[in-house]
Amino acid sequence: MLYKISKIVAHLSCWFPLGYILYAVNNRLLGADPQESMLELLGLWALIFLFLCLSVTPVARIFKKPVFTKFRRLLGIYSAVYLLFHIALFFIFYLEMDFGYLFREIVERPYISVGMLAGILLIPLTATSTKKMQRRLGRRWKKLHQLTYLVAILAITHFIWQTKSDLNEPFIYLLWLIFLLGYRIYQRNLGKKKLRT
Amino acid sequence: MNNRKEREIYSGFKDYQVTCENTFWNRRNFIKKFAMSAVGTSIAGSSFLQSSEKTNTLFSTEEALSSEFVVTNHNNFYEFSTSKSKPAKLAKNFNPGNNWKVKISGAVEKPGNYTLEDILKWSNIEERIYRLRCVEAWSMVIPWSGFQLSHLIDRVKPSSKAKFVEFKTLKSPSVFPGQKRGSLGFHTLPWPYKEGLRIDEAMNPLSFIATGVYGKSLPGQNGAPLRLIVPWKYGFKSIKSIVSIRFLEQQPQNTWHKNAPREYGFYANVNPEVDHPRWSQARERRITDESFFGVKKIPTQMFNGYAEQVAHLYKGMDLSRDY
Repeated sequence: MLYKISKIVAHLSCWFPLGYILYAVNNRLLGADPQESMLELLGLWALIFLFLCLSVTPVARIFKKPVFTKFRRLLGIYSAVYLLFHIALFFIFYLEMDFGYLFREIVERPYISVGMLAGILLIPLTATSTKKMQRRLGRRWKKLHQLTYLVAILAITHFIWQTKSDLNEPFIYLLWLIFLLGYRIYQRNLGKKKLRT
Repeated sequence: MNNRKEREIYSGFKDYQVTCENTFWNRRNFIKKFAMSAVGTSIAGSSFLQSSEKTNTLFSTEEALSSEFVVTNHNNFYEFSTSKSKPAKLAKNFNPGNNWKVKISGAVEKPGNYTLEDILKWSNIEERIYRLRCVEAWSMVIPWSGFQLSHLIDRVKPSSKAKFVEFKTLKSPSVFPGQKRGSLGFHTLPWPYKEGLRIDEAMNPLSFIATGVYGKSLPGQNGAPLRLIVPWKYGFKSIKSIVSIRFLEQQPQNTWHKNAPREYGFYANVNPEVDHPRWSQARERRITDESFFGVKKIPTQMFNGYAEQVAHLYKGMDLSRDY
């Protein structure tokens, strides 16, 4: 019961940023160029959900609460949802739904190529996120879902690359990612050491 | 000196000349309708005609204006913040007055530290409606008030050695929080902000010093009290809150060029054919108002539509190399 309620709360909280963004657009709280602010916020929240997703395992281990891992899938899926909105807004309002223009942007602008690659890689990850797929793919599922690390690296690269000059904000997220990856490298080395002794 | 007089001198505008956006448009329509009729005499002396005479139609576009909110709340003024909406909030207490000083130096006959009051006496204030095209591919249409830059330059008499003009923005982290280091210790740009023009560009009649916008004195976030406007160039050339004007024989460094030479040039002329590595420059997002659908994409024009006035300045130059 408690688990069910917490799941519902988790879902609702994940919609909260989008709810705020829509409320802000409607009430003209996003400044003079709401399309641009919305584009940036949707992208940022896709990144935040992805990093939250990758934070679940370390947090569960450090605080010895394995139950936390039940929320990992949900966070990953919301990352994909926000990314979908981010890309859709860019395609509709910035590229005027012109596929040729989209293609040229992907080819010519490295920060867009990198972001798009991250988006494409999220497709198979989202598609295989169900329990059924997890069972069907078995060991290969884990291998496949290690792609998440690559997606995270691509996402932060896209964020830093599109920044014109102020690196303070993206570097905070970079530090977060360095912790997430560092923790896993540390755990792996620890595992190897244990095997040897 | 009383307050009112101070404001008049400072802004170059008298209270009765202050217009809000709506009356501004009504006025323009009104004038269009009645300019030919004899009604003119009966309303002579009213604020309508007095301020409309100040609009220099020779240099003004007829396109729909960007709203006053958009113009004063969407500012790339990194001295305050890299966010476009924050300068409007952070500039609330930045109200430079008559004692604002501009150092004019280098190859000129009359160098010196001039006050804002001195400089404003040199020319009459007029209004010009210019397009503004940012290198980030958004654009606006803005009713600036101010004076032609060449009037100022004539006044200080540059020598034959003056081939370039360098401008600097105030450097003062207590006024401009964005000049402090960020949370991780990075400076957003090397301060003070610097820009430059070739002397013939500076003397072109389009080059303008804004002291106001929308019939009001220039708000801090728009670069009070003196801000360069070179409408055929990307917005970053239009340096804000000027404290130094130096006449040089050599081409000066400009901040963005120094920061990322592959992305930003010295000339920075609006050019739909030369893409910025981050943005295609073929089209622009014209921001008309702050609603979600207040932006529309339109094609970008060569020299931002001012080719007739400025194309001759760049004859024989390869603009894809000298971007």
